[in-house]
Amino acid sequence: MRIPISALIGMFFTAAFFLAAIFAPLIAPFGMAEIVGGVWDPASGTHWFGTDAIGRDLLSRMIYGGQTTIFVASAATMLSFTLGSVLGFSAAVAGGWVDQGLSRMVDLVMAIPALILALVILSVLPVTLTVLILVMGLLDATRVFRLARAVAVDITVMDYVEAARLRGEGWAWIIFREILPNALSPLVAELGLRFIFAVLFISTLSFLGLGVQPPLADWGGIVKENSSGLVYGIPAALIPAFAIAVLAISVNMVADWVLSRTTSLKGGRG
Amino acid sequence: MTDQLDRMIAAAKAGRMSRREFVGRTTALGVSAGLASALFTKAAHAQPKKGGFIKMGMQGGESTNSLDPALAASEVPFAVNYTWGEMLVDVSATGEVVMRIAEEVSANSDATEWKFKIRRGVEFHNGKTVTAEDVVATLRRHTDEKSQSGALGIVQGISEMSADGDMVTLKLASGNADLPFLLADYHLVIQPNGGIDNPTEGIGAGPYKVVVHEPGIRHGFEKFANYFDDTIGHADQTEILVINDGTARTSAVQSGQVHMINRVDPKIAELLKRAPGVQVKAVPGRGHYVFIMHVDKAPFDNNDLRMALKLAVNRQEMVDKILGGLGSIGNDFPINGAYPLFDDSIPQREYDAVAAADHYQKSGHDGSPIILRVAQGAFPGAVEAAQLFQQSAAAAGIPLEIKREPDDGYWSNVWNVEPFCASYWGGRPVQDQMYSTAYLSTADWNDTKFKNARFDELLLAARAELNNDIRKATYAEMANIVRDEGGLILPMFNDFVEAVRDEVQGWEEDPNGELMNGRAHVKCWLA
Amino acid sequence: MHPVLTLVVQRIALGLLLLLAVSAVIFLGVAALPGDTAQAILGQSATPQALANLRIEMGLDQPALTRYFNWLGGILTGDLGTSLSNRTDIAAAISQRLGNTLFLAGWAAVISVPLAILLGLVAARYNGRWPDKLISGVTLSTISLPEFVVGYIVLYFLAVKWQLFPSVAMVFPGMGMMERLNAVILPVIVLVLVVLAHMMRMTRAAILNVMQSAYIETAELKGLSPMQVIWRHAFPNAIAPVVNVVMLNLAYLVVGVVVVEVVFVYPGMGQYLVDHVAKRDLPVVQAVGLIFAAVYIGLNIMADVISILANPRLRHPK
Repeated sequence: MRIPISALIGMFFTAAFFLAAIFAPLIAPFGMAEIVGGVWDPASGTHWFGTDAIGRDLLSRMIYGGQTTIFVASAATMLSFTLGSVLGFSAAVAGGWVDQGLSRMVDLVMAIPALILALVILSVLPVTLTVLILVMGLLDATRVFRLARAVAVDITVMDYVEAARLRGEGWAWIIFREILPNALSPLVAELGLRFIFAVLFISTLSFLGLGVQPPLADWGGIVKENSSGLVYGIPAALIPAFAIAVLAISVNMVADWVLSRTTSLKGGRG
Repeated sequence: MTDQLDRMIAAAKAGRMSRREFVGRTTALGVSAGLASALFTKAAHAQPKKGGFIKMGMQGGESTNSLDPALAASEVPFAVNYTWGEMLVDVSATGEVVMRIAEEVSANSDATEWKFKIRRGVEFHNGKTVTAEDVVATLRRHTDEKSQSGALGIVQGISEMSADGDMVTLKLASGNADLPFLLADYHLVIQPNGGIDNPTEGIGAGPYKVVVHEPGIRHGFEKFANYFDDTIGHADQTEILVINDGTARTSAVQSGQVHMINRVDPKIAELLKRAPGVQVKAVPGRGHYVFIMHVDKAPFDNNDLRMALKLAVNRQEMVDKILGGLGSIGNDFPINGAYPLFDDSIPQREYDAVAAADHYQKSGHDGSPIILRVAQGAFPGAVEAAQLFQQSAAAAGIPLEIKREPDDGYWSNVWNVEPFCASYWGGRPVQDQMYSTAYLSTADWNDTKFKNARFDELLLAARAELNNDIRKATYAEMANIVRDEGGLILPMFNDFVEAVRDEVQGWEEDPNGELMNGRAHVKCWLA
Repeated sequence: MHPVLTLVVQRIALGLLLLLAVSAVIFLGVAALPGDTAQAILGQSATPQALANLRIEMGLDQPALTRYFNWLGGILTGDLGTSLSNRTDIAAAISQRLGNTLFLAGWAAVISVPLAILLGLVAARYNGRWPDKLISGVTLSTISLPEFVVGYIVLYFLAVKWQLFPSVAMVFPGMGMMERLNAVILPVIVLVLVVLAHMMRMTRAAILNVMQSAYIETAELKGLSPMQVIWRHAFPNAIAPVVNVVMLNLAYLVVGVVVVEVVFVYPGMGQYLVDHVAKRDLPVVQAVGLIFAAVYIGLNIMADVISILANPRLRHPK
């Protein structure tokens, strides 16, 4: 199998970002909140990316920020996929009132704009990592539910599912042994896109002042902290924005490749 | 030489050079200091040009703002009220009382009875003439608890007020040598019949009439033809745009959409200076960026803990990094050298991690994180300042946890509600007013919940005292009480950092408030 | 009745039912938020008597269900209630801002939808070749940057550096059309960049999907040019997924523009909502939430109806 070059590049960067996030404490040259220099010091041998608005090492902050961004986005995506696909498959397999009930409930939640729902919830609840992940995961689960249900409905009419039903297999068996393997590739493609939306969503929340609490910061938060310098080309504002874009593009390139291998996927995004 | 001199005169005309700089440079060319000063005056005070449309972009407005002057509590309403409203008296940039609706002020010997003679022929926008009765009704409305006036603390001290012809007589329960300064408070806009009938109608005797009132968006005004004072109000129209986002604000002034903006992020002051057509003004004032603790709530009811936190702030670092050097370090009481009767012998509190740790131990605090609430809108760089505080406190073993709150609603939901948060004070013209507004036990805006009998007693004593040496000593003792027992952590006094376009003329430094004390659009003109 | 008409009526009825359910969820959900509204208005120092009075005045002493029906009744008659924080009529305050939001969204839609579909068709036509790669690459980058970064970059270059357009998108009643357009041009550009990629990618994917069908091959064999094949045969059959994604993005243009409004100081609904969420101004949150939900549901109904009408199998029942 030949993997296109763009997908390879995407995989390389995605892997690099994830590794940097996982081993952040080992590779970051300075502490996340440690103040080591002046305001927006330019790049130097000690501080490869220079320093941020209050003199913290930008490279270290980027590495820890990547950890936050990638952790929150991954956890939220994982939550939304687990929940969304299990419920979506169940709805498809069970049909009838279970399907109707779940689908209408999802319609209901989706009718309220996600960002606004998040704003209201986050203005009431204390903004902690757990709350952020739960809010984002649950909101996104509705989108995944739609896709998973649509894909599963197509599969449930297949002979092998019918055969399994006749054999008297339980729901769990049908979902995990029959449907999941056959629905995996569109779901994986969607996973990449949802991950990116999650990254952009946390960045947006940070921009509106509702992201993670300082001194912790995700990449969007680092942009925000230095945003007054953005229009003057201060690296501390541009580098995190660039990092978000590179991560998003990399994941998208991988997702595109997966998507192109699974032509059966239609719609279901948004 | 003439070339250079011409260039400098041009620079002075454009407001690019301060008087000191101008005199220094021109005397270096051999011009006498007296002549240089006169040249500067002539250059800087070119004849105001009438007409035009001045626009100000400001932070500090919300969609919930009202035109009722009693309720003004942020920067945009201040400036809005000064635009359509006129005060009894005002305070000049150099700290003197200036006559406005009053044309003469006199007091008896113990400052308990004051007489204000009302200027003749001053007109409200609705055509009515301003009378002594209107003045009294205005003051009376602010004494009513129901008006929720921010000036309640100021007018409460007036025990009797009466109008007789064109004379307003105010009797005070106890003498107050600073009363005229207090009456220059921005809440006390004189309204027809005191605004009792309709406090939010926006009818005043100010230089401009309200044309557009879209709170949180923009406030538009046009010149009031019958305004009594010819020396201000040069533009035909003026507008205040609410631009709360910092980047949007600097972009607006850089692109020429507005002529001036308040609150330039000090970090970008140097960068903005390089932009064509824009000047950055840093005006030292009395404003200060603070962290406030409610002294009546645990754990801040413990003075050792408060002292530990005060010692755990690295003040110089904050001035350098948060203010970009455009400011000065604070000493945990709200007064600096810009106030009359300031005692500069009070020792400066320095960052001392060891002493802070000692006090922290002594306080017996359980070591759980102390929650500090901030919002970017509390003051520019508040979230960053809190993080610097967190780091310097951590070095003393004091755990701080930062909770960032949304900007909108910060002043109603967090400030004066939560026990430990970031805040901002604009300062007042005199010490008495600053202390009366926020540190007297009964003050409305006692945002540290500071109640100290000795302090109250001293404040009242200083108020009626006409001997300045004794007053100064009393103020020093009060400063020490607040500094050593209060709930105020005052790491820095900020300069007002503002950006003004080149075409704006007549700009003056005014330490009383941002944007020439909220009157830049009224006092300046366009070239 | 024609089966298509039945289907359409069914969809609309379902949508209205959904809207009703959403209104209940919004009202009861917001009302169930922790925190005492009366206390929030009167502040910490309020007396118990004053609190009780205010609760009665606002009807907070009645059960939630009664309040819900009162609220719903009010909305049906155009009364959205009164804002708690500044005591103004919500309907009056909203109408202007909703107009602003729709104006901005409308222009963004007018530009982005045809452009996205055109680019999608071109990308599909040159699938895998350089025009496809270029279009895909550029749109991929714009979708990958956070909106506020796109906003600031556009702001810097077009407003500050080259001074082509105003940086503050201030609009107000009585403004001429050209003036108004000039004011909103930067936010429109940003919104177009943000929504373009999604719609363009979906158009391309849907077309490519259809291109594998047998009838496309027939058309190609008939000797039609590739663009004709796409336009006449592939595109009509790809309308349903495209319409769906277009509607999603139109909904986003209306309800998701908070960030753009902040960056360009545009007086729209998002900014208004964020201001009032922070102040716990529940009636405003409920009213705006309902309007947004109505927009979303309305656009979805429209997408469904267009899909039904575009589907030849439904249009021509056997």
